[in-house]
Amino acid sequence: MITVDKEAMNEMIARNKRLDSRELDQFREIKVEAGVISSAEGSSRVCIGKTEVIAGVKMDLAEPFPDSKDEGVLMVNAEFVPLAFEKFETGPPSDESIELARVVDRTIRESQILDMKKLCIKQGEKVWTIFIDIDIIDHDGNLIDAATLASVQALLNTRMPKMNKETYEIDYKTKESPLPINGMPVSLSFVKISGKILIDPSLQEEDSMDARFTVGVFEQNSETKFCAMQKGGTGGFTMEELDMMLDIAEEKSRELRNVIKE
Amino acid sequence: MEEVIIERKERKLVIPGEELGEGRAGRGAYYEDGKVFSKLVGLAENRDNLHFVIPLNGIYNPKRGDGIIGKVVDISFSKWIIDINSPYQATLALNEAVDEFVDLNKTDLSKFFNYNDLIFAEIFSMSRTKMIQLSMKDRKCRKLRGGRVVHVTSAKVPRIIGKNGSMVEMIKELTGTQIVVGQNGIVWVKGENEDVAIEAINVIDEKSHMQGLTDHVKTMLTEKMKNRSLVKHVHTEEDADNNKKHSEEEENSY
Amino acid sequence: MRNDGRKFNELRPMEAKIGVLKNAVGSAYFKMGNTIAIAGVFGPREVHPKHDEDAEKAILRTRYNMASFSTETRNRPGPSRRSKEISMVIRNALTPVLFLEDYPKTAIDVYIEVLQADASTRCVSLNAATLALADAGVPMRDFVASCSAGKVGDKIVLDIAGKEDTDGQVDLPVAYYPKKRLLTLIQMDGIVTKDELKTIVSLAKKGCEQIYEVQKKVIKEKYKEVGHNDNS
Repeated sequence: MITVDKEAMNEMIARNKRLDSRELDQFREIKVEAGVISSAEGSSRVCIGKTEVIAGVKMDLAEPFPDSKDEGVLMVNAEFVPLAFEKFETGPPSDESIELARVVDRTIRESQILDMKKLCIKQGEKVWTIFIDIDIIDHDGNLIDAATLASVQALLNTRMPKMNKETYEIDYKTKESPLPINGMPVSLSFVKISGKILIDPSLQEEDSMDARFTVGVFEQNSETKFCAMQKGGTGGFTMEELDMMLDIAEEKSRELRNVIKE
Repeated sequence: MEEVIIERKERKLVIPGEELGEGRAGRGAYYEDGKVFSKLVGLAENRDNLHFVIPLNGIYNPKRGDGIIGKVVDISFSKWIIDINSPYQATLALNEAVDEFVDLNKTDLSKFFNYNDLIFAEIFSMSRTKMIQLSMKDRKCRKLRGGRVVHVTSAKVPRIIGKNGSMVEMIKELTGTQIVVGQNGIVWVKGENEDVAIEAINVIDEKSHMQGLTDHVKTMLTEKMKNRSLVKHVHTEEDADNNKKHSEEEENSY
Repeated sequence: MRNDGRKFNELRPMEAKIGVLKNAVGSAYFKMGNTIAIAGVFGPREVHPKHDEDAEKAILRTRYNMASFSTETRNRPGPSRRSKEISMVIRNALTPVLFLEDYPKTAIDVYIEVLQADASTRCVSLNAATLALADAGVPMRDFVASCSAGKVGDKIVLDIAGKEDTDGQVDLPVAYYPKKRLLTLIQMDGIVTKDELKTIVSLAKKGCEQIYEVQKKVIKEKYKEVGHNDNS
């Protein structure tokens, strides 16, 4: 699937032009739907341009980790479903899908929006585990930002299933209270092509990137805070480029948060 | 690598990224923003503003003209596939290996070189995509029969040969063995005292940086050979049937 | 003053050795405080499986692994999601300095074993890997140096270690390619403001510059004897 030759596109970008006529710091259209999967405790579908991601939240009981006996457990997993892209293969998770899941995990975990202590049922014995499963349905670049949006939206949409406090049996049919959640972290991804920094890269742009940079941003006491960073791809960024991306991320994160429904 | 043997020049130890000056970038060097830098840990040289770096480590990186020792790993209709101890296998075409006319319909090429046979051959061409072709047309090229093989760091091959072949000559002299040194870090040794010769080669490989290495090796060899008989190598039948005659002198000429 | 008596901008004591393994083409040992990593490089060599081969350049493969005994509570052996991610960011951090195009159709394997873990294992691994690649004669543009900086007890500090790792608020590892002034690894977790973030990154960068000097010195020392006695 070749639309425009790589070199032609790189040359355009050198002149601040993108194939889809966007500005370098402009997102594609974002669509967010909450509660799209009835079998999940929480779910959402996010489209950024032609990229489509579905996140589902499932909950179960488990033993806590020994180093955090009074806290619930968060697990993030991503499936790069073969129907999304000819280069996604069946089999063990690829490095890319592991990276995506771990970056989303860090953004959510480190922002501390989830009160994990409230997910403890009996210290050292029973806690709630939150599984966030992300399915990539269609791939047109910037999967991380779409996945973070979908995950956060699914968490906000989650209703915890009813649990029998004596027998610890879960009744998945009866949904009760929302999760102990406060805040909305988002991630913003940039790529460097022809020495230019672009936000929200398309698949084709990612194909010719030198390097990618993702940063997790949220608001705490009406102040912008950063909670995760990840450089991807094989190139690098200068300090000046990094500063610039952080500035853009701060500004654009507000825009992105507006698409999430509380 | 011949430079190391022939000339004595001021060479500077350089590491990757180290600036070599202005000019052009040769082997082991690269050009960036008007200057030349080293790509490797090695010894930098400059000839008429062409900077190059002789590596001090690493795997064998084939280059045209190198005399190498290879092993037959496959035989096809009209050529042999040779493992030359590098990431790339080489091919030896029939017409580069055999002088006589061969009717391919009636001849099995293994008659000349069979699987696992060792040969000494020359790299006569290498494409940009690392297709390597060997030739055995040079008189010093031949099949190596019997003997033993030692692997050494290819960057240390010049030290095993020594200045004008002095080191390898000495080992041969003192142990009475036949020795063939491939630029690809493979050394073939044959003779009554091949174990002693191999020990010496290993010492050179490990202690190549040692002051007075030649004397050290000489003392070691003399000591080891005290209780042994020095049987000078005489041409065996096997050698005689090799139509590519060679002399000991020629073996060190690379 | 910090837990271990270091200044806020002080790296842990470093120790580096080159050529520590017999079978690897190149190898190195790197120690920062109590974190120890060994890296071994194999190749360039033939690619298996064949379909992974790239006709235009060598493929770089990295494996970061923590020894089971490297942590206080035993680390389950075998690859985890964490180790796979770290293997990948290490690979991405090293790639810009390598002339992979010099060895088309081959693989360069960098195997890293963390023997003892006391924070910044990916950084120490990268420092070892860079030296091992140079020792293996893999053509390089420059070295990559790596260290972390972060925020502990509301103070910004260089090279997080020990209790700082578990109690810290922010951990930010970077890798730096000095000649091009490029950050080739950036990761972070914890909560910070933009200004703090910028301060932490530039502190980490300065740490990398010091490590870079150590790397250059160690490799020169290792090979110095060889160079001097070239024509004996």
